[in-house]
Amino acid sequence: MQKVFERPKSLNDRPFHYCPGCGHGIVHRMIAEAIDELGLQDRTVFISPVGCSVFAYWYFETDNVQAAHGRAPAVGTGIKRANPDSIVISYQGDGDLASSGTAEIIHAAARGENFTVIFINNAIYGMTGGQMAPTTLVGQATSTSPYGRDPKFAGYPIHVSEMLATLKAPRYIERTSLNNVANLTRTKRAIKKALDMQNKGEGFTFVEVLAPCPTNWGLDPNESIDWMESNLIPEYPLGVYRDVKTAEVKS
Amino acid sequence: MPMIAINEDRCKGCSLCVRVCPTHVIEMGKNLNAKGFYPAVYTGGKCTACKVCTLICPDICIEVFK
Amino acid sequence: MKVLMKGNEALSEAAIRAGATLYFGYPITPQNEVGEYMSRRLPTIPGGAYIQAETEVASINMVYGAVSTGRRAMTSSSSPGISLMMEGISYLAGAELPAVVVSIMRGGPGLGNINPEQADYFQATKGGGHGSYRMIVLAPASVQEMTDLTVLAFDLADKYRNPVMVIADGNLGQMMEPVELKDSYPNNYDHSAWALTGAKGRKGHTITSIYLDADEMEDYIHKLYRKYGEIERVETRHEEFLTQDADVVIVAYGIVSRVVRSAVELLRAEGIKAGMVRPITLWPYPKAVLRKLAETATFFLACEMSMGQMVEDVQLSVEGRRPVYFYGRSGGNVPTPAEVVAAVRQRM
Repeated sequence: MQKVFERPKSLNDRPFHYCPGCGHGIVHRMIAEAIDELGLQDRTVFISPVGCSVFAYWYFETDNVQAAHGRAPAVGTGIKRANPDSIVISYQGDGDLASSGTAEIIHAAARGENFTVIFINNAIYGMTGGQMAPTTLVGQATSTSPYGRDPKFAGYPIHVSEMLATLKAPRYIERTSLNNVANLTRTKRAIKKALDMQNKGEGFTFVEVLAPCPTNWGLDPNESIDWMESNLIPEYPLGVYRDVKTAEVKS
Repeated sequence: MPMIAINEDRCKGCSLCVRVCPTHVIEMGKNLNAKGFYPAVYTGGKCTACKVCTLICPDICIEVFK
Repeated sequence: MKVLMKGNEALSEAAIRAGATLYFGYPITPQNEVGEYMSRRLPTIPGGAYIQAETEVASINMVYGAVSTGRRAMTSSSSPGISLMMEGISYLAGAELPAVVVSIMRGGPGLGNINPEQADYFQATKGGGHGSYRMIVLAPASVQEMTDLTVLAFDLADKYRNPVMVIADGNLGQMMEPVELKDSYPNNYDHSAWALTGAKGRKGHTITSIYLDADEMEDYIHKLYRKYGEIERVETRHEEFLTQDADVVIVAYGIVSRVVRSAVELLRAEGIKAGMVRPITLWPYPKAVLRKLAETATFFLACEMSMGQMVEDVQLSVEGRRPVYFYGRSGGNVPTPAEVVAAVRQRM
């Protein structure tokens, strides 16, 4: 018998601290697999945001830095400009990226910084206990929208992939989901493609991943997947929003 | 004969592997693990080593053999 | 060979010659020349990079990223922008990262104006950011010192792995004076033990400022404070002018110290034994010299372009042994020597 699947080398053996059914662990593994497959481990600098994945640096066998809330794309810019040979991954949740760090993500994308952003969108704040996020759906109840998000007071969900796709510099933007095997496969492929493009110096790459947050959605892991399929994915259409090689870009 | 091995100490009982396994060879166990979860268990049934369970497992608890 | 240079540009050239060829900043008067100068020079230097960031918040975090690779990097701003950088500065201190931040003070609070002031002393020295940290703060009083103290700032930042601020005001930033610069300044600090250069042939390095366990956090803070104690013991700097027999000791830093120097001479001409202590490091503050002078002086007068902030450190240093008075101007008004002389006479 031959082992055909095991833990990726770019992850150490520490168990994840995430809740049962959380999307972070799935994406961490995919990133680590992509790093292994592309042979980037000894050049990677992994940026942990502020949120449930603030402790992502506990797991990655790469260089790690933890950034202030929302600042990861700025920290990534500094790292990449200081050491263009590094492979920089800015790993962020929706509170970090779509709320506190909207300026940083938009301008890193507008400048076309040559690093990869992995954006985990679970439409809620996890670490702080289930508050409303800019990505929270209309009508979705959270600890700070107890009567359901009401656009009259709290506006509408922010669609980051579409927003960034209005910018000229980004080379690859895709939104994927973790709800089923097909989309899981697409997510892994997107992450690997983004890192590969960065490694080839293509420029700014961005993967938005719709992910379950059972604990703060108040659902069990299976119900969470169902809720993603009936509510989250319809609000956030999956697909590629930008995929262009530098050579193809008309100045 | 392909098979999987589930690290039942690390499993948090999320049951997503059960959801996606095409040949339904995984089910939720009956006895609690050290962390107080009912872990997923491999029933010993006909596994095809498709590795779909490892794709979704949030805690990398499953190894696959062929 | 002396060259006539503007303060903001002189400190920029000095930083470049000290190897800081990474600059991230945002326009704000009265320090725009720093960014402009860097935008001209850095793209021409191999490995150099200039970014006009979207905000000062982003600027300081770009510095955080850049210095985490072990390279020298800096940012600069003025009062409101420095307020936006305070979170980042606390993170730099919390993660023990060497970085230089230049603050060219202007009128406040709020939008204030673009005239010079010294009302950000508390912000710089009393922890404008959160948590138990200290930042070394250097206060030049001439364009030459703008260059010398910027070079020193990079050395101290690397030596102690701590953020260092060079703090001046709109006058010093905008005025031109002859300056002498070396061709280059050494950078003999090896950060390979912690820098994020890629885990090739070594375990991964991690830079974070998180310590969940209370004891671990306390131990870490105590470690930082042992470092700060060492800095206080070794790196405190000040200048004394005619203090040996001084009855009146005037304390002033930066641009105001030049006015006070003239006032001391005027007072001496009138037979009043005045002297000046000029702090060069605002933190660590030169307490010892003031405590010693408190044994011989009659009273102290702190002079600032604010409503009195450094005066509190004078009081802390003198510990009530002698009266400590204050004279200051605000809004962009620079005190004149005659005003300082009058302020002293009033207390005689």
